[in-house]
Amino acid sequence: MNTIKKVLGVVWMILAPMLLFFLVRLGLHQIAIKPGIDTKIQWAVFMGVFLPIALGLFIFGYYAFKEEYNG
Amino acid sequence: MSVHIYGMHHPNALRKVITASSLGTLIEWYDFYIFGSLATVIATQFFPKTNPTAALLSTLATFAAGFIVRPFGALVFGRLGDIVGRKYTFLLTLILMGGSTFAIGLIPNYDSIGFAAPLLVLLLRLIQGLALGGEYGGAATYVAEHAPKNRKGYYTSWIQTTATLGLFVSLGIILLTRNLLDKNAAKSIEIFNAWGWRIPFLVSIVLVVVSIYIRLKMQESPLFTELKQTGNTATNPLKESFGKKDNLKMVLLALFGATMGQGVVWYTGQFYAQSFLENVCKIDFEQSRTILIWAILFATPLFIVFGHWSDKVGRKWIMLSGMLLAVCTYHYLFKELLYLAETNGITTIVANKTIRTVTGTTYWKMVAIVFILIGYVTMVYGPIAAFLVDMFPTRIRYTSMSLPYHIGNGVFGGLTPFIATLLTTVYTENKLAGLWYPISIASLCFIIGAFYIDSKKTAQ
Repeated sequence: MNTIKKVLGVVWMILAPMLLFFLVRLGLHQIAIKPGIDTKIQWAVFMGVFLPIALGLFIFGYYAFKEEYNG
Repeated sequence: MSVHIYGMHHPNALRKVITASSLGTLIEWYDFYIFGSLATVIATQFFPKTNPTAALLSTLATFAAGFIVRPFGALVFGRLGDIVGRKYTFLLTLILMGGSTFAIGLIPNYDSIGFAAPLLVLLLRLIQGLALGGEYGGAATYVAEHAPKNRKGYYTSWIQTTATLGLFVSLGIILLTRNLLDKNAAKSIEIFNAWGWRIPFLVSIVLVVVSIYIRLKMQESPLFTELKQTGNTATNPLKESFGKKDNLKMVLLALFGATMGQGVVWYTGQFYAQSFLENVCKIDFEQSRTILIWAILFATPLFIVFGHWSDKVGRKWIMLSGMLLAVCTYHYLFKELLYLAETNGITTIVANKTIRTVTGTTYWKMVAIVFILIGYVTMVYGPIAAFLVDMFPTRIRYTSMSLPYHIGNGVFGGLTPFIATLLTTVYTENKLAGLWYPISIASLCFIIGAFYIDSKKTAQ
């Protein structure tokens, strides 16, 4: 179980920047389709909120990799 | 000094604690929901689409209140609650929420005072979000710190019913007001849209005053009092909560292994279900709400059942089972709702808009499906207050549990309607495409929770 937790830790560390990249790409795409101020505000809020969340997921993965959650 | 010296384990004393906490939290949810439920009417009164600035303020009111201000409120009031005390902090959030809700009901519309109207609404909506961010953590902590160790799940589950009951009360009061303003139904709706929508906002003040009166009579949580008397309260709860690895890793686990999945299951079961009935199944406005009202009424006792059960078998697997059931059955259940509406619904066209009504067995089948969806909500949400309370030490509990709760619910959960709608606009052929968001988030949360949460630590 501890090995799985450690390996999954690497997955979370990789997943965090990938999700952020996907979100930024989606946001830019949506702004390009509908370039109003409303859309820009929406996506600015999302990115502002999800940046620390993605960082949190990365830290979570790092802790898991460092076996901080091992029983 | 302990809980027992205070005598708070006595059933009558505990009942008072639960009543005072739950009533206030229910009112806060009610206040928060009526704005969302009346968004269309409010938009016509304060945010005319013809004016771009007003429309911009509308966007800010919608997105900022839920996604930024709520977690910010969790930090502000969480810190206050860990320094000053639970009682005074959640009393303050109640006053802020009640006051701002009442004030929204009094603001003259855009036609009367111009830009001041949408600006005031935006400001008050932000205060609402801030207050909500501080309320829940306080109420859950307050009840849990009065409860016997082996019954925290049961007692805090009463707090958990309030979010759903708040929606129930808001829907009920809106429907009643909408129909009782005139004998003629069409005229009544017209009056409601003109000024009657203010009534649900104004009614709030009566409920808030009663709740403040009850809460003022309550004493501070015994565990917090003990901390204060021994000089062990936190001086910088934010630094202790998020600056120390041992606590930060639990905050992250609470978010990614529990509240993130719980948030999407909750919003899908209650809010997306209603939106799906109205916008995808094209069920009539009132019927889509009465279906939800019946389902909530039948499902609400399950919060207590699962909260109580979590004291006996542990919280982890009840919550994760709710997530897993949601992941496995969402597609089927929503498809069934759509099938029932399309095959058995009576279709009428009003102003180029398709509206369906369902009768008899079909209506009750829909209630049963929504009941199952809310049943999942009760599984993930019933035990979560006790789960979060158990994860963190008393001195920084309010701060530590509030943030993951409000990111999980406010951000991940609150985004459900938006992302679901976005997905259906991208994949126009698939009416169920919106479900991929809650299914993905709940799956991820299930995996993290299953592997990383220690069930022994969460079992009482």
